[in-house]
Amino acid sequence: MTGHDAVFLLVALFTGGAALLTVTSKNLFHAALFLAATLAGIAGVFLVLRADFLALVQLVVYVGAVAVLFLFGLMVTRAPIGREALDGQNRGLALAVSGTLFVVLSGLIIQSFGGVRAAEVTGPGIREIGIAIFAHWVLPFELLSMLLLAALIGAILLARRESGESGEESVERRIDFGDEPSTEAGAQALPAADTAGELPAGEPVAGGER
Amino acid sequence: MSFEQEYGTVAIFLIVGAALYAVIMLVNRVMRPSVPSPLKLTTYECGVEAVGSGWSQMNIRYYVFAFLFVIFDVEAIFLFPWAVIIGELDATTTPSSLFALIAMFLFIATLLEGLAYAWKKGVLTWD
Repeated sequence: MTGHDAVFLLVALFTGGAALLTVTSKNLFHAALFLAATLAGIAGVFLVLRADFLALVQLVVYVGAVAVLFLFGLMVTRAPIGREALDGQNRGLALAVSGTLFVVLSGLIIQSFGGVRAAEVTGPGIREIGIAIFAHWVLPFELLSMLLLAALIGAILLARRESGESGEESVERRIDFGDEPSTEAGAQALPAADTAGELPAGEPVAGGER
Repeated sequence: MSFEQEYGTVAIFLIVGAALYAVIMLVNRVMRPSVPSPLKLTTYECGVEAVGSGWSQMNIRYYVFAFLFVIFDVEAIFLFPWAVIIGELDATTTPSSLFALIAMFLFIATLLEGLAYAWKKGVLTWD
């Protein structure tokens, strides 16, 4: 086992461990953070395989952008985050599906490339990628900007509040009565917390929308 | 420097950084006195006791800012290969320097159009 293999093994173990934690984590927010760690590990795998531009893309787009979208998605929806435990009750099915997928994919890879000797990768660098984009793939490149524009306009249309609409109706409180108080001292003052439930409806209090 | 040497430097930097963090936290743990008290776990030492959970639904309008970040993140990725090659191009190469320049500025202009749309629709201001 060469040093290269050892580094690859370390990076792969990190990635696999983070992926395992992603699916076993009870807290959806922690799962999203573990997902970001998994994606960063995949960037490491790309780097070990000498694809440094791809590793950069993985870091900037997936760890930077997609993970941010995930976390914002959790924040703006009523995702069960915080202390609410999360369990899909489908562990057996998930294990069976992912196990089958793993066996099929690794079988395919071993069958296709099992006998091939490993060769030194010198593979296209960032310069070759740049030349290829602007010499041959300019039209897809410009189409991509249109695609991004369409996605941006769609997101704005979905998230924007029309000027005629009142912003007040969505001010609602995300406190379910009988919720556990957030702190130990709050738990001792539980009767006081119960009276907070009799505030006039629609009045935002701590824990409402910011 | 070879590929391994260049990124080996990065790896060593990462490892030393992580080790430094671990050592500092370990020294902290060893040296600090441990006096646990339930009061230390409260949100505010004085003031109104917080009701409910800190996990609440945010306004959907924050999502547009995240999305704008994603769009220009992807743009930045495409600027890298362009920036590497643009200095080596001239009128005789394929692609020519003018062509690459116009292609990239068309790309940026299309995305800026999205930013202008967001600006005009008022999603950048908080009313």
